Formats: sequence, structure tokens, C-alpha cells
Amino acid sequence: MNETTPALSRRRLFEIIGASVGGAAAYQAMTRLGYAEESPYRGPIKLDGDPKGASVIVLGAGLAGMTAAIELERAGYKVSVLEYNSRPGGRNWSLRGGEVYTELGGATQNCEFDPGLYLNPGPWRIPYHHYAILDYCRRFGVALEPFIQLNHNAYLHSTHAFDGKPQRIRDVKADYDGGVAELLAKATKKGALDDAVSKEDQAILLEALRSLGALDKDFRYRAGDDSASHRGYAKHSGGGLGAEPIASEPIGLHDILTSRLWRGLQSFLLYDFQTTMFQPIGGMGRIGEAFARHIPDRIRYGAKVIAIQQNETGVTVAFEDLADGGMVREAKADWCVCTIPLSILSEIPINVSTRMKAAIDAVPYASAVKFGLQFSRRFWEEDEHIFGGISYTDLPIRQISYPSTNFNAGGKGVLLGGYTFDGPNSYEFTAMPPAERVKRAVEFGGQIHPQYSTAFENGVSVAWSRVPFTLGCAGDWSDEARKAHYNDLCQIDGRIVLAGEHASYIPAWQEGAILSALDAIQRLHKRVVAA
Amino acid sequence: MKVAALCVIGLIAWAAAASPVAADDASSNVEAMSHGWEFSEHGGADLFRSVCAACHQPDAKGAVGAGAYPSLVADDKLASTGFMLAVLLRGLKGMPPVGDMMNDAQVADVVNYVRTHFGNAYPDAVSAADVAAARRPPPLSK
Repeated sequence: MNETTPALSRRRLFEIIGASVGGAAAYQAMTRLGYAEESPYRGPIKLDGDPKGASVIVLGAGLAGMTAAIELERAGYKVSVLEYNSRPGGRNWSLRGGEVYTELGGATQNCEFDPGLYLNPGPWRIPYHHYAILDYCRRFGVALEPFIQLNHNAYLHSTHAFDGKPQRIRDVKADYDGGVAELLAKATKKGALDDAVSKEDQAILLEALRSLGALDKDFRYRAGDDSASHRGYAKHSGGGLGAEPIASEPIGLHDILTSRLWRGLQSFLLYDFQTTMFQPIGGMGRIGEAFARHIPDRIRYGAKVIAIQQNETGVTVAFEDLADGGMVREAKADWCVCTIPLSILSEIPINVSTRMKAAIDAVPYASAVKFGLQFSRRFWEEDEHIFGGISYTDLPIRQISYPSTNFNAGGKGVLLGGYTFDGPNSYEFTAMPPAERVKRAVEFGGQIHPQYSTAFENGVSVAWSRVPFTLGCAGDWSDEARKAHYNDLCQIDGRIVLAGEHASYIPAWQEGAILSALDAIQRLHKRVVAA
Repeated sequence: MKVAALCVIGLIAWAAAASPVAADDASSNVEAMSHGWEFSEHGGADLFRSVCAACHQPDAKGAVGAGAYPSLVADDKLASTGFMLAVLLRGLKGMPPVGDMMNDAQVADVVNYVRTHFGNAYPDAVSAADVAAARRPPPLSK
């Protein structure tokens, strides 16, 4: 797509700014114009009634599977869990120094981060309105800290604007608001809005525009005390002699508009990314670890499911025991909660209705790539005074996120050196050997932070289309596919019910996985108790 | 040091602006990566290497984890150009419709490439016009 093409779909826009983590959900949140309903989560689930010794096999020990397992066991079920990986959590995962990661195709990376440093290859932030996962974190003792989404001192960067020089988010925001407010004030005063706005309201509107845009007494956006109150100073206030500040010079509206950097401001407005956001202290993987502690000895690791068959009396799951040379074993239960990603489940023989099978086969999986880069010093804090937050760029790496922890403490740090979601660059990065990916991410990031060239130490990348336990990042539902298949996917089919982010309207978020699991087991339990 | 480095970036951006061809490559100083939401690679070999190989692997042999990406080597399924076009344009199970991010000629190139490499030797090539036709929704039955 050419930079000058104005027709940019909303969805593409979100992808560009890296907001598609929530994909359709973010889109819906926007189109609802703030009329978003609150989370359906209503506190810890209550499964009243006696399951009469019924057994359930849960497939997958991600957050959906472990939610189901924990709550069903509490309700009196005999629960067992099969998990492909040798750890709990699934996509809830932190990659730490000393760990080895092998992707599909066999390429192996040794993560060389220093102790305490990590990359969250999957989910990395939790919105305040994701009530379910926040409640589980509270109940399971997972300590949280703020995740900085918006940092006014981070950058917006375009290779096609300002000679490729990154601009502070603060400046773009202030000058965008200021320029637009000045324009609208001018139109108001010229009477251009007389048909639409009453004289009384126009007076209020002018004051509102002055406030919005930091306009001066004449409703102009100019270098001065007013604009400096938003965009800051060329020379900051000091103490003693020569301490007087000097206001900075705004960027003109033409340059702001044609730079298209205003697109990067959108992500901070989205419902999914509004403050306050959270992250677990020590890495997102702390959540999966905490869940697993509530079902000790229930999870069988290294179990690759190869067939799921049900009849009138129960469900039989065939799996390869990876710790035993792939020996095929069987596990049986009365019921099955299957949280295997559809990218994998669609290839596993399973006797469900044709409608559910069609739904399982209907969902493409997004491609996404993340980079974790370790640097010898936290130059973004020391040199550029960027403490957490995200810089957005039109380079293939799309964004750089600064750690939201251990602020101002010096020492080394790991940046999220890039995060692509869908689009050509996700495939292009994925198709490269991991070392080449990291090399590119360092080169691209160096265009925003020249310190990369001297401070870079080591890095890892996780390309989700090559992640052996998901074969993709998350279910990438189209509206059409949802209309045709979503309800079929979520039915209880005989003795099998599916759960996971793919069975939710909050795709690619942990909240979707948990809410999906809670809904599935609630319906399953009702059926069991009624039987 | 920072100032000097930014000047270098400025030169790159300036060079990119000066030439419409280079503009597409402004995002890369090594080998071009796509800028925007359509693949910039051309020719079946390059498209295969940058797109298909992400999952099906550079040797087209596929890969196996908890699930599997199928091998495209000596693949009977590729005998049908209609099948292959449908997969690229509409996706198949977990596979996204990557043809959405290519123009008709690119789709034709990569289809023809895979059908004549990796132990495949199907003589009937598809054209960009075939791709354009395949993109259109099927006519409504009367």
C-alpha cells in the first residue's frame, strides 16, 4: 500500500499501529463508541450440584484448560489434563535466560538474557477491564505491576516523515490537537458552523477548543506558554540564574497531517489499551505457573493428542507419550473439555457433528513475531528519558516497547525489539532463520535508537507460525466466519466442549480464554447434574 | 554520536523519497522487506521463500509439532489449480488467505512455482486472469 493512499480501512489502521492483538475485539470496541458492556465475569464461578463422580479430561494446560481443570476439580469432578509442552501455561509464557527454544523446522535458540530479564512471547499486558484474569491473579497470589502503554516521551516514527527522525509522542499529540483545534476555532469564528452549532454553544466550543489544543488568547496555536503547557519546552525551567524556560516550536499542521504519525496516536485511545494496564511482576508466565500449582499432579506433560473419539458412554483420547519415544497411549473420561488451538485440532481426528467440525476448520490463525533484545545499558532511560511505553514505527518491526519494571535502576535491560501482527512482515520475518530475524530487528531498531549499535548484546525471536504448540498466534476470525460458525463451535457436542480464546469474542487475549472456559464448564456442569 | 546517526537516517529517507522504486525499500537497509500490507516480493521463488516457507519450510517439506504443516513435496493435491488457488485466496483450516496480500500476478507466480518445483511437475500454468476469476465470488445459483 502506498503511503499516500488515503483509503485505509479501520482494521488495517489498527494493524499498522499494532493494535490487532485484540483484532476484532478492538474493532468492535471502537465501533461501539464507548457503549461497551462491562465484562460478563461475575466473580468466582459456583458449580452447585453433585457431579456424582463424573470424570473430565481436559486437553491443553493453557489458561483455558487450567481454568476448567481447577474449577471442575473444585466442583467434585475427577480431572486429568493432557499437555503437549513440558510446562504449563501454553501461550502464557516468559522466555528467560538459560532456556532453549526450538521452533518448527528445528531452529534452536539459546536465550542468553541475564538473570531476571525476560521476553513475553505471547500475551504481555492486561487491561483493567479484564476482570476474570485479574480476579484469578488476586486469588492465586500473582503480583501485578503497571504496564505502561502510553508514554508521551516515547516516539512515533515514519521512514517517510521528518527525514526519518523519530518524533516524541508528546509533540505529535500536542501539535495534532493544537492544529486541529485552531482550525476548528477559526471555522467557528467565521460562522462556518452556524448551521450546526448554536451561538451559545459556539462560545463554549471555543473555550473547549482552547483547552483541547492549548491555544493562546486569540485561539492560535503558537510557540508560547500555552502550547508549551502541552508540548513542553526547548529549554526546561531550571533553578538560579538563567533558569527561565524557553517554549518549544510546534510542528505545523501540514507537516503533522502529511507525516501520518497521528495514526500512531490511535492505539492509546482504544478501549483495549486504555490505562491502567498491568503485567505480572517477573513475567507473564507467572500466571500459568500459579494456575498449575492449583492442580498439582493432574497435568500430564509431553502428551501429543492424536485422536479424540466419543460414544454414548465416554470420550477416549489417544496421545503420543513424548517422554517415551512417542508411545501411543489412551486416556478415557466421561467428558472432555478441549482447548487445543483450532490450527491443530482441525488436523486431529475427532467425531463431532459436521457443523462443529466445519467450525473447527473455519478459522485461520494469525501470524505474529516478537523480538526480545538485551542491551548492556538502559539507554532509553539514561539517554532519552523513556520509562516504559511503546514507540510505533512504519519499519517492519512496527514497535519497540520499553520494560515497565526496574525503572531508573541502571544495569542491563531487555526491549521488546519488535512485534508484528499479521501482514507481510510477519511472514517475512518468520521465514528467516532466527539469527537473521534478530539481526534485522537490531538494524531496524537502530534507525530509532542509534545506541543499538554499541549496546546490543543478544536476542531471541518467537515467530508464532513456527511455534510447535500452536502453529499460529491466535484465531483470526472474520466477521463472516463468526456469523456462520461461532455458535456451532461453542456448543456441547455429545460429551465434548471446546474452550480457548478461539471460542470467545476476545480473541488473542487471556481474558477470552478464561471466560470461554468458565462458560463451557458452566454449561457442561448443568448437563452433568441434570443427567 | 546520536546526531551523526540521525543524519545517516535522514540520507536514507531522502534517497527513498527521491526515487519511487527505492521508496518501497526504505524500510530495509539489507534485503527489502514489504512496506505496507501487500507483499513486495515478485517472482515465484522469492514469494515462496518469504511467504510459504514461513510455515511449509524452505524445503517445502512441512513441519511437525503438536500439529503439522503439510509437505508440498510431490504433492498430488497440487494437481488441481482450482484447489491451490482456493487455498491461497480463501485459506484452509488454520492457514490464512495469504493471496489477499498479493496481486493476481504474484499469486499466479507462486502457484506456478510450487507446482513446478519440489518434486512437482504440473505442466498447466495459471495466469493472472485465472487468479482474478478465482477471486470473484462464485455466481449465485438460479
